[in-house]
Amino acid sequence: MGILTKYRFFLFFVGLLLANIMPNHAKTIHVGRGQAIIQIRKAIALAKHGDTILVNSGIYKEGNIIIDKAVHLVGKDYPILDGELKYEILSIKSDGVSVKGFRIQNSGRTTMSDPGAIKVYDVKNVSIEKNILINNYFGIYLQYAEKCIIKNNVISASQKEENQSGNGIHCWKSDSLQIIGNKIEGHRDGIYFEFVTHSVIWRNIAKNNLRYGLHFMFSHNNAYITNLFKHNGAGVAVMFTKKVVMMNNTFEENWGDAAYGVLFKELSDCYLSGNRFIKNTTGIFFDGSNRIVAERNLFQGNGWGMRMQANCMDNSISHNNFMGNTFDVTTNGSLTLNQFFENYWDKYEGYDLDKDKIGDVPYHPLSLYAVIVEKNPPAMLLYRSFMISLLDKSEKILPSLTPENFVDNKPRMSPYNL
Amino acid sequence: MIEIKNITKNFGKLKALNGLNLELNKGECIALIGPNGCGKTTLIKSILGMVLPSSGEILFNGKSIKNDNDYRSQIGYMPQIGRYPENMTIGQVLDMIKGIRKSSEFLDHDLYEQFQIAKMLDKKMRTLSGGTTQKVSATLAFLFKPQVLILDEPTAGLDPIAAEILKAKIIEAKERGCLILITSHLLSELEDIVSQIIFMQEGNLILHKNAEELKATTGQQTIARSIVHLLKTETL
Amino acid sequence: MMRILKYVALDILKNKIIIAYAIMLALFSWSAFGLEDNAAKGLLTVLNIILLTVPLMSVLFATIYVYNSSEFIELLLSHPIKRSKIWKALFTGLSLSMVAAYVFGAGIPLFIFAQWNIALMTITVGSLLSVIFVAIAFLSSIITRDKAKGIGTSIMLWLYFALLFDGLVLFLFFQFSDYPIEKAVVFLSALSPIDLSRILILLKLDVSAMLGYTGAVFKNSFGSDWGLVLSFTLLAFWALVPFYLSLRKFKSKDL
Repeated sequence: MGILTKYRFFLFFVGLLLANIMPNHAKTIHVGRGQAIIQIRKAIALAKHGDTILVNSGIYKEGNIIIDKAVHLVGKDYPILDGELKYEILSIKSDGVSVKGFRIQNSGRTTMSDPGAIKVYDVKNVSIEKNILINNYFGIYLQYAEKCIIKNNVISASQKEENQSGNGIHCWKSDSLQIIGNKIEGHRDGIYFEFVTHSVIWRNIAKNNLRYGLHFMFSHNNAYITNLFKHNGAGVAVMFTKKVVMMNNTFEENWGDAAYGVLFKELSDCYLSGNRFIKNTTGIFFDGSNRIVAERNLFQGNGWGMRMQANCMDNSISHNNFMGNTFDVTTNGSLTLNQFFENYWDKYEGYDLDKDKIGDVPYHPLSLYAVIVEKNPPAMLLYRSFMISLLDKSEKILPSLTPENFVDNKPRMSPYNL
Repeated sequence: MIEIKNITKNFGKLKALNGLNLELNKGECIALIGPNGCGKTTLIKSILGMVLPSSGEILFNGKSIKNDNDYRSQIGYMPQIGRYPENMTIGQVLDMIKGIRKSSEFLDHDLYEQFQIAKMLDKKMRTLSGGTTQKVSATLAFLFKPQVLILDEPTAGLDPIAAEILKAKIIEAKERGCLILITSHLLSELEDIVSQIIFMQEGNLILHKNAEELKATTGQQTIARSIVHLLKTETL
Repeated sequence: MMRILKYVALDILKNKIIIAYAIMLALFSWSAFGLEDNAAKGLLTVLNIILLTVPLMSVLFATIYVYNSSEFIELLLSHPIKRSKIWKALFTGLSLSMVAAYVFGAGIPLFIFAQWNIALMTITVGSLLSVIFVAIAFLSSIITRDKAKGIGTSIMLWLYFALLFDGLVLFLFFQFSDYPIEKAVVFLSALSPIDLSRILILLKLDVSAMLGYTGAVFKNSFGSDWGLVLSFTLLAFWALVPFYLSLRKFKSKDL
């Protein structure tokens, strides 16, 4: 105690010195042909914490490069790091590492160790920025990572089979991540989260991935904003999660037998707003999901705008536009514990005498055929049959089979400007 | 030329022809008469192969007509009411029949010219009057110089001039040695051309006689009167 | 035979009803493609029109035409020609005319607005449907001598294939919903030419993804290369069997 008091001033001075002078002492190591150092491994071995390693353009085939110091690895004119389909290329095992401006390609393919182009192990404050990742197994792989930034990377692969391909951005047991402005194509899942919390996913584009554009589970308290998920094999599937916010995302052209704009399985307390679900087989599929608020979203040109299983409760669907969907909404039960109000339905044929922009007649969004198909999927084979049209018409005039309480009591007369 | 051997035709319960036996020979001009529904049309259709007899057979030049089509190349047929596809022109009908007959040209131009068919070749069948349609039918019947002529009410609907032309043509054919079978209600019209009479009733053959013979036996001057006489005296 | 065929076809093609039919199909198709905001939706509308009107028109027109041709058939028969040739010529002439009217009416807009492979499928299937329902018309008009009865039979058959059959299928879906009936159902629906045609076209469209597991079974059975051969063979049977039956009856018919 006495000693500490005694040297307090001295300690403060040293701290000040470190803060001010250390950055000036950090040096830049040049790597590349014609330089003193031609290997990145060598440069890392020579570097001290805080140093910058500037890699000139060229092809570097150095197997597995382990970064175990807080260095800034910067590529000039996109030098190529090639894993020759054998190695995990960059392994980040120190806090405070940054990797920027590389073209990283051909990572190993062994499925046992999940090799990625860049793998982050149990560290904090890593930044991976402006890299181009081509033809890797996993693109960027984070485990036990915290406060990392993954920004503006372009990640693409071209495998044909799901089992030969890893995920674009794969995060496992991580916290406080920022995934921003990345573009992911041709991987198994575009973005994959498991046990990832308090993170933000913003302005990413995931398209043409083999399975899901976005796939997460047990990842609470995350926000997904202004992302585009387009033409992925099975759309987007999210499961077993609480408190997710999704705003202004676009889910588009996820067509296929088992493809969904979004599949919500066991999600609760989520908020969806301003999202666009366009031309998906199913816009949103709710399965065992509760207390979800969906408002001001657009559902357009989907096979099913929204499918809500009977095991969903207390969801509120309001102020959305449903336009040009084959079926707007379906459910497989007769009891409905969810609320639909003030949505715009383009199939609504009611009138508005008091001119309050709300139709005077309640709208039943569930068509008879939708009910039949939900109970008896093979009946889809009768789609566009003359008899089905007749059935639907007669049910519209005299509802008898569709659930009476599945209703929007305040249907909007004109679409919202979304 | 045509031998009808014991043919019977049933339409359900109705007996249209009842064990009919007939022999029709070259150079004969036969009037087939009888009340409505007596089986005249069925007989003609049987000869043409349109109706298939329930039993019995018909021989054409000694050969059974069953399962045969070629014998009909020897027959010219003029139906009672000719109906043709509406939008076909006369020229197309003639051309089509020529195709069926496998004949590259017409063999007998008389009626074609006398009825002035050439002028109307482009007219659609739909637009023709009943008389003109009959002219086309008559022309078709004679066009290929058949050995046998079957004429169903040939003069009905024809104007007198056309009827005369047709009659002259029938006489000419008879003299050439054709077998001619005519059904008609207007016996007076056929008076001078008919050589044989066949009278039928309810599917049975009542009478098959030479016209002169018939007139002689009944002591009447016309065929029509002879028939009436016979019916009145109930010798039939 | 060729010459009969030629003139019969020419005669029908000049028929006002056939011309009106072609124009009506054209109007519907053009407006469907013009009014809907995308071609896929337009195509679905056209599909509905085709599946309803093409069979109805074909079966009705052909029935009436055959009845109206009875005297003409007699006239032809008085000439040295085989009965079967007349019947075949009439059938081919009618089929060709109905197909021509369909291709002119619906085919042109289809080729302009839809993808070529979808257009091709729709045109092929629609043409086959025309022929099939002409064949059905021949069967129903040979069964009875009475024109009114014949037309009635034709309409009933059309109603059966266009409407009742689907009702039956739906009924079976519900009756046997607890069993894995997908395969049975798929083959069952192939037993109606209209259903088979409808699904063949649907499989070419985006909506095929909505057909689910049953759709996949259908696609495997009837939509693959061999499946297509099977489908078209089935459709061809639908045209040939009724016609063959009618031909057999016509050969021994009293006119």
